[in-house]
Order: sequence, then C-alpha cells, then structure tokens
Amino acid sequence: MRKSVILGALTVAGLAAGAAHAATVDDIKARGKLNCGVSTGLVGFAAPDAAGNWAGFDVAVCRAVADAVLSDPGAVEFIPTTGKTRFTALASGEVDMLARNTTWTFSRDNDLKFEFVGVNYYDGQGFMVPKDLGVTSAKELDGATVCIQTGTTTELNLADFFRSNNISYEPVPIETNAEAQQQYLAGACDVYTTDASGLAATRATFENPGDHVLLPEIISKEPLGPLVRHGDNEWGDIVRWVLNAMITAEELGVTSANVDELSGGTNNPEVNRLLGTEGNLGEMIGLDAEWARRAIKSQGNYGEVFEKNIGENTPIGLARGLNAQWTDGGLIYSPPFR
Amino acid sequence: MTTLTDPPKESFRLSMLIYDTRYRSLTIQVVAMMGFMLLAAWLINNTLTNLATLGKPIDFGFFRDPASYDINQRLLDYTSRDTHLRASFIGLLNTLVVAVLGCITATVVGVLVGVLRLSSNWLVARIMTVYVEMFRNVPVLLWIVLVMAILIESLPAPRAFRGEEPTATMNFFDTVAVTNRGVYIPEPLFSRSLGDISLFGASSMRFNISLDLIAILVVLGVCIFAVRKVTARANRIQEATGDRPTTWYINLGILVLPMAALLVALGFHLGYPALKGFNFQGGTHLRNSLIALWLALSLYTAAFIAEIVRGGILAISKGQTEAAGALGLRPNRIMSLVVLPQALRVIIPPLISNYLNLTKNSSLAIAVGYMDITGTLGGITMNQTGRELECVLLLMLVYLSISLLISAVMNWYNNRVKLVER
Repeated sequence: MRKSVILGALTVAGLAAGAAHAATVDDIKARGKLNCGVSTGLVGFAAPDAAGNWAGFDVAVCRAVADAVLSDPGAVEFIPTTGKTRFTALASGEVDMLARNTTWTFSRDNDLKFEFVGVNYYDGQGFMVPKDLGVTSAKELDGATVCIQTGTTTELNLADFFRSNNISYEPVPIETNAEAQQQYLAGACDVYTTDASGLAATRATFENPGDHVLLPEIISKEPLGPLVRHGDNEWGDIVRWVLNAMITAEELGVTSANVDELSGGTNNPEVNRLLGTEGNLGEMIGLDAEWARRAIKSQGNYGEVFEKNIGENTPIGLARGLNAQWTDGGLIYSPPFR
Repeated sequence: MTTLTDPPKESFRLSMLIYDTRYRSLTIQVVAMMGFMLLAAWLINNTLTNLATLGKPIDFGFFRDPASYDINQRLLDYTSRDTHLRASFIGLLNTLVVAVLGCITATVVGVLVGVLRLSSNWLVARIMTVYVEMFRNVPVLLWIVLVMAILIESLPAPRAFRGEEPTATMNFFDTVAVTNRGVYIPEPLFSRSLGDISLFGASSMRFNISLDLIAILVVLGVCIFAVRKVTARANRIQEATGDRPTTWYINLGILVLPMAALLVALGFHLGYPALKGFNFQGGTHLRNSLIALWLALSLYTAAFIAEIVRGGILAISKGQTEAAGALGLRPNRIMSLVVLPQALRVIIPPLISNYLNLTKNSSLAIAVGYMDITGTLGGITMNQTGRELECVLLLMLVYLSISLLISAVMNWYNNRVKLVER
C-alpha cells in the first residue's frame, strides 16, 4: 500500500514535469478550451455571477487570452484554486495560466519556476478592522487576533511587520476568503489582512460595509499579475502581449465600442499594428492578425475592465491610484507595439 | 551377473523453467519481480530527470532556511525566524497532541456508548443508536467544519466581555473564559520553580523539559508504587485471614500528602485569564481550532469504537453473565470483572485501526486552521518553498512512523490481555 502511494506520487510528479515541455498553445487549440486558474471567489476579481458565469477583473484576462487564441471568449474552463493549491495546479499542468491575485516575487519566479508575464494590478497588503474597535493604525494592533489566508505572501509580510514593530499577534490561518469573512464577521478575529484590493472587494459584500475601516498602513508591495510555467516562452509571450494589448488599447483610446470602427484603418500606425490592419504582429506571436482586436472587442481595454469590475462606480469602489496609465501618473505601462 | 541401471540422470534444461511445474512458479515470480522493479526504476528515474530539467532536483536543504511564518499554537518556543525543520517539528507536536487527546476521549466515550447501547433502558439504548448512526454515516470533515462553525457563531467574542454591562461573563467564579476564539482556563504556575532542562542545545529540535513537571511525576510515581504495595499487603492479609484491612485512608494520605507538600514547596498557584487589550491574556488558551478538531474526531471515532465494544460484549457467551450472576455478583461488577476483560480480546485489534484512523484523520486540521504537521510541513512550508515531492514524501514518512508506533504499542497491550493458553 505504502509503495503504491509513493509510486502514485512519483507518477504524478513525473507526468507533471513531462507536461511542462509540450507546446501549451497547441494543447489548448487541440482541447478547444483554455484552462485558467482563478481564485475560489473574490467579488470583482473572479467570482461566478448569479447565472453561474465567471466574471471579474482577473477573469477578463483569461477570457481575453481565450479570445485571442481560440476566437471565443467563452472557451475557458475556470478552475478555482486556493492560495495553497494554485502553484501545484499550474506546475502540474492542470491549468495553462493563473490569473489569481498572485504576487510576483523573486522566489516564485525563480525557485517555483514560474513566469510572471506582467502586472495587472499594483497592490499592497492592508488591514481591515471593525470601526467600533477604535483602532486607527496597524501599530496599535498589539495582541490582536489576525485572520490570514494561508499559503500567501501576506502570511510572510505579516510575520515580518509585527516582528519589526516588536508587537505580538495571534495568527488564525484560513484556507479561503469566504472562511476568513465568516470568522472576521463573527468576531473570531479582530483584524483581517490581505491585499488592499481584496479587502475592499470583501468589504463590499458585507451587509454594512461602513462599519469596517481599512487601516492606513500598506505594509508591502504586491504586484499582482497573471503567470505561466517556465519552459514555454511562446505561450508566455501570448499571455504577456494579450495583457499588453489591453493596456496599450487604453493608452491609445481603443475601446470595445470603437474597435470595429478603428479597425477600418486610422492615422495612428500603432493602433493599426495593434488591431492587425498593418504589419504582421499576429504572425510573429503565432496567432492570426486580429487576435488583439477580438480580445479588446469582447473584454474591453484595461481601463474598461477596471471600471466595470472594481472601479469607483462598482460596490468595490477602488480608485485607479497606482493602477492609472503612466500618462496619468500611474504605473500601468505597456512596451510599444512595434 | 546383474546390471544395475540407474534412471537416466536428468540434466537441467532452460525449457524446464517454463514447462516443469517444480520451477514454473519461481520463474513467474522472478519475472514479475523484475517487471515491477523495472517499472519502479523507470518512474523514479523519470521523476528525477524531469525534476532536474525543471531545475528542481530533490534537495532537503530548504529545511535549514528560516520559515518566516508564525504558528499560533506552539508547545515549544518558536518564532518566524526559526527554520522550516523547527516549524515542522512544532506541527508534529500539534498533530500528536490532537491525536492523543482524541484517542483518549474517543475510547472513553466509545466504551460508554457501546455499553449503554446494550442497556435494557429503551430510551437510553435508542439515543445511543441515533448517536452512533449519525456520526458514523457523515464524513468527519463535515463534523469538523460544523463544530467549528458552532463554536465561532454561538460563543461570544472577547469584546462582549468588555464594558460596564458586558453581555458575556466568565464562568466558574471568573476563572474560565469561553469565547469564540477558544477557551481560556487557569494555568499552573510555580513561584519557586526549579527551572528547565534544555535538550539539543540551539538546534531545530531543541526541547525544554520543566524540572517541576519531572519532580511532580517522580513523586506521583513513588506514591503510586507505595499505594500498590499497601494494596498488595491488604490482599495478602485477606487471603490469609479472610479479613480485608481498611486501606482507603492510608492510600489517600500517601497520594495527597507528599504531592501537597511538593506543590507548596514549589510555590504552586494558578494563573487566571484576564481581558487585556484585544484578547484574554494569561491562563492556558485552548484554541477553538483544537477544540473543534478534538471534539469532532473523538465523537466520530467514538461511534465506531462503540460498535466495536458492543460487538465485543455480544461475543461473550450469555452463560458467562449468568454464571457470574449465580455467584452473586452485581450487574456492574459482572460487566467490569467478567464480561469486559474477556471482551477486550475481541475489541483491541479493531480498536488499533480506529486509533490509526483518528490519527490520520487529524490531517484534516487545515479545514479549521489548526497548524498540525500537514498544515506546516505539508502546507505553508511546501507552498513557500515549492518542494512538493520532498514535503509530501516526508509527510508520508511521518504519518507512517506514527501509525507504526501506535500499532506497536497496541499490539504489545493486546499480547498482554489475550488469552494465555497453558
């Protein structure tokens, strides 16, 4: 029995490692479907709506990639992953890409052997507390019980923050955002900490969002972005440039509404190259000429996706802040389409 | 003249390996073994090669790196600067704590329920049947989550204890605080403590043993030894004269007086929990993750043990009970002196596998955020280092060792109680 279990584990590892070397994009085309790892449900970023369709900021990236590769934004199998299971799912080939509030770090990139293709949200770790606790700074949290999602960078940041400020805390490790919400609302923990965007999204689902405040301290840099496995650069390039296409589209004023009109040809050569009416960028990346046009038409540009899912007019109400275009003083910046 | 003709000496031919029934089974076994080993070698080789191509060859060096995460329930000192090995060790102790607590509680509850299920009282027997069927037929994970949800949702948060007119108060003369973060109970403290012995220096396995605890255990051991001597003497006198001397006050004195003297000498007092800041401070904190896991695992396993106990009791022929009754024994003594000792022989072997099940089921701890070895080594460490294969193999080795240890101890006990045939 023991032997067979070990062998089973070895088989899985062996097959998993083997899968990493096949051409991912061919697998996806043969399958007719993109397997995209998303979170188990974080409203605004990735959550099923009332009809059961996945929607959100991260989901839009998956759909855009599917549309670029397979000409069908619906050809995505969304695979919910927890903070703990996501990397195994990606490394084993269960998912082709992860678009799941995942922080780009050195060790994930190099030690875990993943390739972060870009940043679609510049975030930082924050704290949420009930207003009636009267806490105004994270440094006043000495002795507090802190709910934290296990298997995340936030866990490490938290340990470092409390250690460097010489204050104590009691960590309550939680597997998913939903469980954290339950414990936090029941008062089983005083504080909930995760990326500030996640806190805002979680707070938006509360009955009385006004009873909870986000503390001013942002204790870490959390550049979130989609990632793929090491070892298949062509596939990594596709995901990277679909994301860049959405960012560039916003910069150039291409929206889902006017993309058809602009595809007729414009005076701006970069728009023409982006939309495939000039040059052969699509060919270079191994797709057809209209890959970016389709993705922008079905999902919208970066700004549209942001406003629709997590922007200030949604219940989540995140300001663009760092995530504004570089031309507006933000950090969102795509290399040129040339 | 007679000629002796030997039967023709049969020389060994290769085909005999297949056609000769004397060798055939051996041939098949050797071939099957070789095939199996080839398969295993291929799998291992494939894994190693693939991991090497991925740039992740098998390497346990990560155990020396700092873990960088905190663990809430730690029996030994631990900070986020300690190594992954230390974190795994803390997790292992947490696994052992919940396994030991669970096994003891499950045995007590299981034996009780098993006996009561055979009760002639209709209501009691039916209630026990409902309990057994409910717990046996629902997955243990659901029980764990349910118990945790009940603890979190129904008990008051620490802040309910605050203010001029708190909505919740402490129990047992303000010594025990029951909150939805766990139960805070008084802790034993020694004002004239003897200190600790440190084992293994500053390594990841360092271990402090309290000298107070050792002193208490030594005194307790000596007292129990003395009590057994007194009882043995009482037995001898009873066998010789038929009169049993009264020993209970001697035994009580032997047990209580030296211990009381020791505790006074050590300056024993209780530390009570008190609300300070966000949480109760002081006292021993039984986190609700531990309580939920412990309760759910015990109640679940107890349902199985109850059935084993019931089966064991029913396996003892009714004649034994009747004979004991004819000798004038009272029903509870019949159960404890005649039926249960014999039933134990039937009960213990399946009991072992239930202890093993409980220990292995404790790996569901992450469902309630209890940091056992699956949560530390197989959870956060694995996730932060990306060493899946190493962590999982080690984890399997750990559970295997624990299970074999439990089996060894229980088999030794089984050998002691089994029928000795002369």
